[in-house]
Amino acid sequence: MRDNLKTIAIMQQYETVVILTPLLSEEAAKEVNAKFSKILTDNGAEIIQEDNWGLRKLAYPIQKKSTGYYHLTEYKAPGELISKLEVELKRDERVVRFLTIALDKHAVAYNEKKRSGAFNKKPAKTTEEA
Amino acid sequence: MANDQIQYVTAPKVDDNRKKYCRFKKNGIKYIDYKDANFLLKFVNDQGKVLPRRLTGTSLKFQRKVAQAVKRARHIGLLPYVTDSLK
Repeated sequence: MRDNLKTIAIMQQYETVVILTPLLSEEAAKEVNAKFSKILTDNGAEIIQEDNWGLRKLAYPIQKKSTGYYHLTEYKAPGELISKLEVELKRDERVVRFLTIALDKHAVAYNEKKRSGAFNKKPAKTTEEA
Repeated sequence: MANDQIQYVTAPKVDDNRKKYCRFKKNGIKYIDYKDANFLLKFVNDQGKVLPRRLTGTSLKFQRKVAQAVKRARHIGLLPYVTDSLK
Protein backbone atom coordinates (compact mmCIF):
# COMPACT_ATOMS: atom_id res chain seq x y z
CA MET A 1 0.00 0.00 0.00
CA ARG A 2 2.92 2.31 0.46
CA ASP A 3 5.32 1.96 -2.42
CA ASN A 4 6.54 4.63 -4.78
CA LEU A 5 7.38 7.05 -2.02
CA LYS A 6 10.66 7.85 -3.70
CA THR A 7 9.22 8.51 -7.13
CA ILE A 8 6.79 11.30 -6.43
CA ALA A 9 6.09 12.17 -10.04
CA ILE A 10 4.88 8.68 -10.92
CA MET A 11 1.17 8.18 -10.78
CA GLN A 12 -0.07 5.56 -8.39
CA GLN A 13 -2.55 2.96 -9.48
CA TYR A 14 -5.90 2.83 -7.72
CA GLU A 15 -9.19 1.08 -7.95
CA THR A 16 -12.58 2.24 -6.80
CA VAL A 17 -15.72 0.23 -6.24
CA VAL A 18 -18.88 2.31 -6.22
CA ILE A 19 -22.31 1.04 -5.17
CA LEU A 20 -25.29 3.02 -6.49
CA THR A 21 -28.84 2.87 -5.19
CA PRO A 22 -31.09 0.29 -6.85
CA LEU A 23 -33.75 2.97 -7.34
CA LEU A 24 -32.00 4.14 -10.50
CA SER A 25 -32.68 2.68 -13.89
CA GLU A 26 -29.92 0.81 -15.68
CA GLU A 27 -29.25 3.81 -17.93
CA ALA A 28 -29.23 6.30 -15.09
CA ALA A 29 -26.71 4.16 -13.26
CA LYS A 30 -24.47 4.15 -16.33
CA GLU A 31 -24.74 7.91 -16.52
CA VAL A 32 -23.65 8.33 -12.92
CA ASN A 33 -20.66 6.10 -13.54
CA ALA A 34 -19.81 8.05 -16.66
CA LYS A 35 -19.88 11.22 -14.57
CA PHE A 36 -17.25 9.86 -12.20
CA SER A 37 -15.01 8.56 -14.94
CA LYS A 38 -15.21 12.01 -16.49
CA ILE A 39 -14.06 13.58 -13.23
CA LEU A 40 -11.12 11.22 -13.33
CA THR A 41 -10.09 11.81 -16.92
CA ASP A 42 -10.61 15.58 -16.67
CA ASN A 43 -8.12 15.73 -13.81
CA GLY A 44 -5.34 13.87 -15.50
CA ALA A 45 -6.12 10.31 -14.53
CA GLU A 46 -5.71 7.46 -16.92
CA ILE A 47 -8.44 4.84 -16.79
CA ILE A 48 -7.14 1.33 -17.19
CA GLN A 49 -10.33 -0.62 -17.04
CA GLU A 50 -13.94 -0.34 -16.04
CA ASP A 51 -16.09 -3.20 -15.01
CA ASN A 52 -19.82 -3.00 -14.51
CA TRP A 53 -21.10 -5.79 -12.30
CA GLY A 54 -24.70 -4.67 -12.65
CA LEU A 55 -27.35 -5.05 -9.97
CA ARG A 56 -26.16 -7.31 -7.16
CA LYS A 57 -27.53 -8.43 -3.87
CA LEU A 58 -25.81 -6.96 -0.83
CA ALA A 59 -24.69 -9.22 2.01
CA TYR A 60 -26.49 -6.92 4.47
CA PRO A 61 -28.82 -3.96 3.99
CA ILE A 62 -27.14 -0.59 3.43
CA GLN A 63 -29.36 2.47 3.80
CA LYS A 64 -32.29 0.03 4.01
CA LYS A 65 -31.59 -1.28 0.53
CA SER A 66 -30.71 -4.87 -0.13
CA THR A 67 -29.36 -4.52 -3.68
CA GLY A 68 -27.12 -2.11 -5.52
CA TYR A 69 -25.40 -1.35 -8.82
CA TYR A 70 -21.72 -2.21 -8.56
CA HIS A 71 -19.15 -0.48 -10.68
CA LEU A 72 -15.40 -1.00 -10.58
CA THR A 73 -12.87 1.43 -12.05
CA GLU A 74 -9.16 0.86 -12.19
CA TYR A 75 -7.01 3.88 -12.98
CA LYS A 76 -3.72 5.66 -12.61
CA ALA A 77 -4.01 9.01 -10.93
CA PRO A 78 -1.99 11.59 -9.05
CA GLY A 79 -2.61 11.25 -5.32
CA GLU A 80 -4.36 14.59 -4.84
CA LEU A 81 -7.12 13.53 -7.18
CA ILE A 82 -8.34 10.81 -4.83
CA SER A 83 -9.59 13.19 -2.17
CA LYS A 84 -11.34 15.24 -4.86
CA LEU A 85 -13.03 12.16 -6.20
CA GLU A 86 -14.09 11.02 -2.77
CA VAL A 87 -15.63 14.38 -2.00
CA GLU A 88 -17.67 14.07 -5.17
CA LEU A 89 -18.70 10.54 -4.24
CA LYS A 90 -19.80 11.66 -0.79
CA ARG A 91 -21.81 14.54 -2.18
CA ASP A 92 -23.70 12.40 -4.63
CA GLU A 93 -26.83 10.99 -3.05
CA ARG A 94 -27.09 8.19 -5.56
CA VAL A 95 -23.89 6.65 -4.22
CA VAL A 96 -24.64 4.26 -1.39
CA ARG A 97 -21.12 3.12 -0.66
CA PHE A 98 -17.67 3.33 -2.19
CA LEU A 99 -14.21 1.97 -1.57
CA THR A 100 -10.96 3.24 -3.04
CA ILE A 101 -7.75 1.35 -2.57
CA ALA A 102 -4.22 1.89 -3.81
CA LEU A 103 -2.90 -1.12 -5.67
CA ASP A 104 0.51 -2.53 -4.88
CA LYS A 105 2.58 -4.28 -7.51
CA HIS A 106 1.09 -7.68 -6.77
CA ALA A 107 -2.41 -6.33 -7.11
CA VAL A 108 -1.52 -4.68 -10.41
CA ALA A 109 -0.09 -7.94 -11.71
CA TYR A 110 -3.14 -9.83 -10.50
CA ASN A 111 -5.55 -7.43 -12.19
CA GLU A 112 -3.60 -7.55 -15.43
CA LYS A 113 -3.73 -11.29 -15.40
CA LYS A 114 -7.42 -11.26 -14.64
CA ARG A 115 -8.05 -8.87 -17.50
CA SER A 116 -6.28 -11.05 -19.96
CA GLY A 117 -8.62 -13.83 -18.94
CA ALA A 118 -5.83 -16.11 -17.84
CA PHE A 119 -7.82 -17.82 -15.13
CA ASN A 120 -11.23 -18.83 -14.09
CA LYS A 121 -9.88 -20.64 -11.07
CA LYS A 122 -7.53 -19.19 -8.50
CA PRO A 123 -4.16 -18.85 -10.18
CA ALA A 124 -0.78 -20.04 -9.11
CA LYS A 125 0.74 -16.68 -9.68
CA THR A 126 4.19 -16.35 -11.14
CA THR A 127 5.34 -12.76 -11.21
CA GLU A 128 8.95 -11.90 -11.71
CA GLU A 129 9.15 -8.48 -10.11
CA ALA A 130 12.05 -7.73 -7.86
CA MET B 1 -9.09 -57.37 38.83
CA ALA B 2 -7.81 -57.33 35.26
CA ASN B 3 -7.89 -54.15 33.34
CA ASP B 4 -8.86 -55.33 29.92
CA GLN B 5 -9.02 -51.87 28.46
CA ILE B 6 -5.88 -49.97 27.60
CA GLN B 7 -5.68 -46.67 29.35
CA TYR B 8 -3.68 -43.73 28.16
CA VAL B 9 -2.15 -41.12 30.36
CA THR B 10 -2.76 -38.54 27.66
CA ALA B 11 -5.40 -38.82 24.98
CA PRO B 12 -4.03 -40.54 21.89
CA LYS B 13 -3.57 -38.32 18.88
CA VAL B 14 -5.88 -39.28 16.10
CA ASP B 15 -5.30 -38.22 12.53
CA ASP B 16 -2.81 -35.59 13.51
CA ASN B 17 0.05 -36.43 11.20
CA ARG B 18 -0.86 -33.98 8.46
CA LYS B 19 1.14 -30.82 8.79
CA LYS B 20 -0.64 -27.53 8.20
CA TYR B 21 0.83 -25.19 5.65
CA CYS B 22 0.23 -21.75 4.32
CA ARG B 23 -1.67 -22.10 1.09
CA PHE B 24 -0.53 -18.72 -0.19
CA LYS B 25 3.14 -19.51 0.25
CA LYS B 26 2.71 -22.94 -1.23
CA ASN B 27 0.84 -21.78 -4.31
CA GLY B 28 2.73 -18.55 -4.77
CA ILE B 29 -0.35 -16.35 -4.42
CA LYS B 30 0.79 -12.83 -3.68
CA TYR B 31 -2.39 -10.82 -3.79
CA ILE B 32 -5.68 -11.67 -2.13
CA ASP B 33 -8.61 -10.20 -4.02
CA TYR B 34 -11.25 -8.69 -1.76
CA LYS B 35 -13.77 -8.88 -4.60
CA ASP B 36 -13.65 -12.66 -4.65
CA ALA B 37 -16.13 -13.37 -1.87
CA ASN B 38 -16.31 -17.09 -2.56
CA PHE B 39 -12.59 -17.45 -1.97
CA LEU B 40 -12.70 -15.43 1.23
CA LEU B 41 -15.43 -17.72 2.56
CA LYS B 42 -12.71 -20.28 3.24
CA PHE B 43 -11.24 -17.98 5.87
CA VAL B 44 -14.34 -17.09 7.85
CA ASN B 45 -16.57 -19.25 10.03
CA ASP B 46 -20.31 -19.52 9.61
CA GLN B 47 -20.82 -16.40 11.69
CA GLY B 48 -18.64 -14.48 9.27
CA LYS B 49 -15.71 -14.15 11.67
CA VAL B 50 -12.15 -14.49 10.43
CA LEU B 51 -10.74 -17.91 11.29
CA PRO B 52 -7.55 -18.00 13.38
CA ARG B 53 -4.25 -19.00 11.88
CA ARG B 54 -4.09 -22.05 14.08
CA LEU B 55 -7.02 -23.49 12.15
CA THR B 56 -6.21 -22.43 8.62
CA GLY B 57 -2.43 -22.71 8.80
CA THR B 58 -1.96 -19.37 7.05
CA SER B 59 1.35 -17.63 7.68
CA LEU B 60 1.31 -14.37 9.59
CA LYS B 61 2.15 -12.33 6.53
CA PHE B 62 -0.84 -13.60 4.62
CA GLN B 63 -3.16 -13.73 7.60
CA ARG B 64 -2.86 -9.95 7.73
CA LYS B 65 -3.74 -9.75 4.06
CA VAL B 66 -6.65 -12.14 4.47
CA ALA B 67 -7.99 -10.03 7.32
CA GLN B 68 -7.61 -6.88 5.25
CA ALA B 69 -9.39 -8.46 2.29
CA VAL B 70 -12.26 -9.72 4.45
CA LYS B 71 -12.72 -6.27 5.95
CA ARG B 72 -12.80 -4.69 2.50
CA ALA B 73 -15.28 -7.26 1.26
CA ARG B 74 -17.51 -6.50 4.22
CA HIS B 75 -17.37 -2.81 3.56
CA ILE B 76 -18.61 -3.15 -0.01
CA GLY B 77 -21.33 -5.59 0.94
CA LEU B 78 -19.84 -8.79 -0.43
CA LEU B 79 -19.49 -10.42 2.99
CA PRO B 80 -21.69 -9.83 6.03
CA TYR B 81 -20.37 -8.22 9.19
CA VAL B 82 -22.59 -10.39 11.35
CA THR B 83 -24.68 -13.37 10.44
CA ASP B 84 -25.70 -16.76 11.72
CA SER B 85 -25.84 -18.95 8.69
CA LEU B 86 -23.11 -18.23 6.21
CA LYS B 87 -22.43 -21.85 5.33
